[in-house]
Amino acid sequence: MSDAINKAPMGPHGPDAATAREEMLKIYPKKTQRKRGKQMLVNEDPATPAEIGANSRTVPGIITQRGCSYAGCKGVVIGPIYDILHITHGPIGCGWYSWLSRRNITKIRAEGETNYLQYSMSTDMQEDHIVFGGEKQLATAIQEAYDEFHPKAISVYATCPVGLIGDDIHTVCRTMKEKLGINIFGFSCEGYKGVSQSAGHHIANNGVFKHMIGLDDTPVEAKYKINILGEYNIGGDAWEIDRVLQLCGIHIIGTLSGGVSYGEICNCHMADLNVVMCHRSINYMAEMMEEKFGIPWFKVNFIGIEGTKKSLRKIAQYFGDKELIDRVEEVIAAEMAEVKPVLDDIRTRTFGKTAALFVGGSRAHHYQDLFEDMDMQVIAAGYEFAHRDDYEGRDVLPHIKIDADSRNIEELEVTADETRFDAAKPEKKKALEESGFTFSDYEGMMRQMAKDTLVIDDISHHEMEKLIEMYHPDVIGSGIKDKYVIEKMGVPCKQLHSYDYGGPYAGFKGAVNFFKDIDRMTSTKVWKLARAPWHTDGSEPAEKEATPASA
Amino acid sequence: MLEGTTAEIRERKALRINPAKTCQPIGAMYAALGINKCMPHSHGSQGCCAYHRSQLTRHHKDPVVATTSSFTEGASVFGGMANLKTALSNIFNIYEPDIVAVHTTCLSEVIGDDIPMIIKKSAEDGIIPEGKVVIHTNTPSFAGSHVTGFSNQCAAFVKYLAESSGETKNVLNIFPGWVEPADMREMKRLAEMVGVEYIMAPDTSDVLDSPHDGKYHMYPDGGTTVAQLKAMGDSFLTLALGPLASTAAATELEKKCKVPNKVLELPIGVKATDEFVNALRLAGDTAVPADLEKERGRLVDMISDMSQYLHNLKIAIFGDPDHLTSMVSFLVEMGAKPMIVITGTPGKKWEAKMKEICSETNPEAEILAFSDIHYMHQWIKNNPVDLIMGNTYGKYVARTEKLPYVRFGFPILDRVGHRAFPSVGYTGGMRILEKITDALFDQRDREDPDHEVELVL
Ligand code: SF4
Ligand code: SF4
Repeated sequence: MSDAINKAPMGPHGPDAATAREEMLKIYPKKTQRKRGKQMLVNEDPATPAEIGANSRTVPGIITQRGCSYAGCKGVVIGPIYDILHITHGPIGCGWYSWLSRRNITKIRAEGETNYLQYSMSTDMQEDHIVFGGEKQLATAIQEAYDEFHPKAISVYATCPVGLIGDDIHTVCRTMKEKLGINIFGFSCEGYKGVSQSAGHHIANNGVFKHMIGLDDTPVEAKYKINILGEYNIGGDAWEIDRVLQLCGIHIIGTLSGGVSYGEICNCHMADLNVVMCHRSINYMAEMMEEKFGIPWFKVNFIGIEGTKKSLRKIAQYFGDKELIDRVEEVIAAEMAEVKPVLDDIRTRTFGKTAALFVGGSRAHHYQDLFEDMDMQVIAAGYEFAHRDDYEGRDVLPHIKIDADSRNIEELEVTADETRFDAAKPEKKKALEESGFTFSDYEGMMRQMAKDTLVIDDISHHEMEKLIEMYHPDVIGSGIKDKYVIEKMGVPCKQLHSYDYGGPYAGFKGAVNFFKDIDRMTSTKVWKLARAPWHTDGSEPAEKEATPASA
Repeated sequence: MLEGTTAEIRERKALRINPAKTCQPIGAMYAALGINKCMPHSHGSQGCCAYHRSQLTRHHKDPVVATTSSFTEGASVFGGMANLKTALSNIFNIYEPDIVAVHTTCLSEVIGDDIPMIIKKSAEDGIIPEGKVVIHTNTPSFAGSHVTGFSNQCAAFVKYLAESSGETKNVLNIFPGWVEPADMREMKRLAEMVGVEYIMAPDTSDVLDSPHDGKYHMYPDGGTTVAQLKAMGDSFLTLALGPLASTAAATELEKKCKVPNKVLELPIGVKATDEFVNALRLAGDTAVPADLEKERGRLVDMISDMSQYLHNLKIAIFGDPDHLTSMVSFLVEMGAKPMIVITGTPGKKWEAKMKEICSETNPEAEILAFSDIHYMHQWIKNNPVDLIMGNTYGKYVARTEKLPYVRFGFPILDRVGHRAFPSVGYTGGMRILEKITDALFDQRDREDPDHEVELVL
């Protein structure tokens, strides 16, 4: 980022971050104020980030972006595996809302396969199931699903009422697995578990690890074999990453879990290396695979030109072959030849414009790279469901207190696999570490953000409104629930869960898509239409309220 | 697309595949949004609220705000009283609504939270400011569907708020049923044309199709006011449109305030609109204005003009019971043949009523409540149709079967027209007719062999 921008951390409009923070907190009742205060920080010293009250409960009554553990488990992590048949055990709603509403697109691998993501299947529990228990209903549903589709595997998700009435979904799954001879497993991801989607990610990671990872030891014939963890193929991101890696000669066994098949996941422990995109949703898996199979991991980011280059180079360095290292540079040069003219042009318009990002558990950080590429300034950011380590870096992990809401999420005991643990990998890791290479690392969002910008965890509706009033950013990255609130105020909102049905945004081609979208959004004249000419031609007394700063 | 769907239909007792309904709370939320300065509140874990808000936002492309009790495991074990009280305190302090409409979720239903008691306690503890109201409705999703939730919320408006002062006013109540904001606006226009004074509840027009003026209004300038909800008890008559969505509220009002009611089908198509207009005329003791008569005539004219394309047109349709009753009647009026009619909402009586409606053009029609889109798809594979109608989810079936598709009902996530243009009334009928014929003709223009392409249709 250029110095010119850095001088005004909160952009050209509005007060300094500390004043803004006070302004946002002012309206809250005392207890709420105290609680929210811990989740709103001024990034005073990016090098040593302050402690943020992340992954704590949302205060009841506060309009939040957050969803539930079921959404994190079924909706995010397992749901995208296209050739598993997914059954939601519960009343009709949960399964219906998670039906195609997340854009983790996929292609079937071969004729004759079924993409189950197009289907919403559930036990549609009725009153008598609630009263007398739903286990029989679930067993019958699994049987019927098998008879109708003959899937390779069936996955079952518990919703809130199921946990409460005490249905034992795991026993039902085990019994049906024996009976039908296919893999069937369940997830106790009732929505009340944890404080957000995040609990569901952890539950999902545990299940994938227990029920899929390591089932297929077929060797993979490729020189450089990796898995991408925490990439969900929204708008085709995983395919763009795959395209770039293939050009470099790097083979992806499994992308967990975007555009991925059940078989690829069962086989993905054959990889040399795991690279992690979304740290929040999948760091558990990276850790467990390392403990069991010895596969090392490090954090990458294929969002943003600089991020993509850095990530590619780090992977090449890990393998250390000159041939690969050179190849990566060739690919970068070839891709940049296409990106640069577009970016150079767009940068003339986006330079110095401001953005704020409130979304997810990694995107609010990753997308800062893209804005930096465009010489835009991120004045405020925060996650919807991340933990302290995603803000402050993984070095805080030993200092995070485990509270009641996290304690009830199972931590799997993982030990080295007797036959399949590859001792050469940790050795290689050690050697590389000695030369300064970092593994199992994540420096968090706050270190990258400019000094004296605002960091807001689980932003509330009120805070978002205030932020816009005070700063009127040129663009905000958020989700569907906020989109039209933001846009009514004349600020364009890029949905960073769904990409507003566009994308991909990852890799080189994705970055170009993003640059073009943001250029369009921050240059649009559409907001000017909001005022009719008879309000602006001076024929009537001027209105009190200020017009949007950019209008 | 939908590779796993075959023509072989197996009986299913437990597995719902591609539902044609969703859960109660979203209906309650939609209804509550039609009350002026109302905050809908979801009492349960925050996931349900997030899902409902997201889906309503995708459908209306407008802000949908609602709050939640944000249950964690503790609340699920010990009950949600503390959460609801904290929530109410925050809501009134921060968002300053006039009214909070609490609905339950599966979770709080199973726990068995006593909401009226919690509201009472909150009032005693001074959490609810003077002059503000909190109402509630039970919306367990293991019964009924999203339409039931809408209906329950409407009944709750009456239960908590309607009052009779003893004096009957020359005002007509209209419960519009679960229709679009544009439909509610059209119903009001019709009432105004006929010259009847009315109160409509709920009324989402100007709330969920709010104009863009460069500012955000948490409570847009629309919706039924609390004062109007109270005044409904003094009206001389209630028109309840859509039996499933509106009967409960109308019955409640009759019980509580002795306001008689008339339950009508949603005014979609010629006859159902006639009935609505006629009911307005009788209620207002007025005459139907010539302009409205002309609107009717234009619709009839368009149907007759297009009749050759509509006669015996084989249609598969799914949606919500009230929508289907009127839409299928309209299709029958046009001379089309409903082949299969599916709803996810349970309802034996509705099935019988539909059978009768369809019998005019197709006594063999397959009618099923508590069914799903997957079944409809399999049935179509065995019994070819010319056109499919339903919400956005049906487009996958239409694409798979290479059939023209007309969107109607809830939700529509991939088109904008439903936000702006009504389906009710005579003008709404013309819009539906246009959509059906457009879909048929677009397919012909695209796919007919060159020598069969017609300039004039
Ligand atoms: S738990 Fe019940 S209320 Fe919540 S989304 Fe699921 S079905 Fe609907
Ligand atoms: S019922 Fe529970 S699992 Fe289902 S959406 Fe609501 S919070 Fe999530």
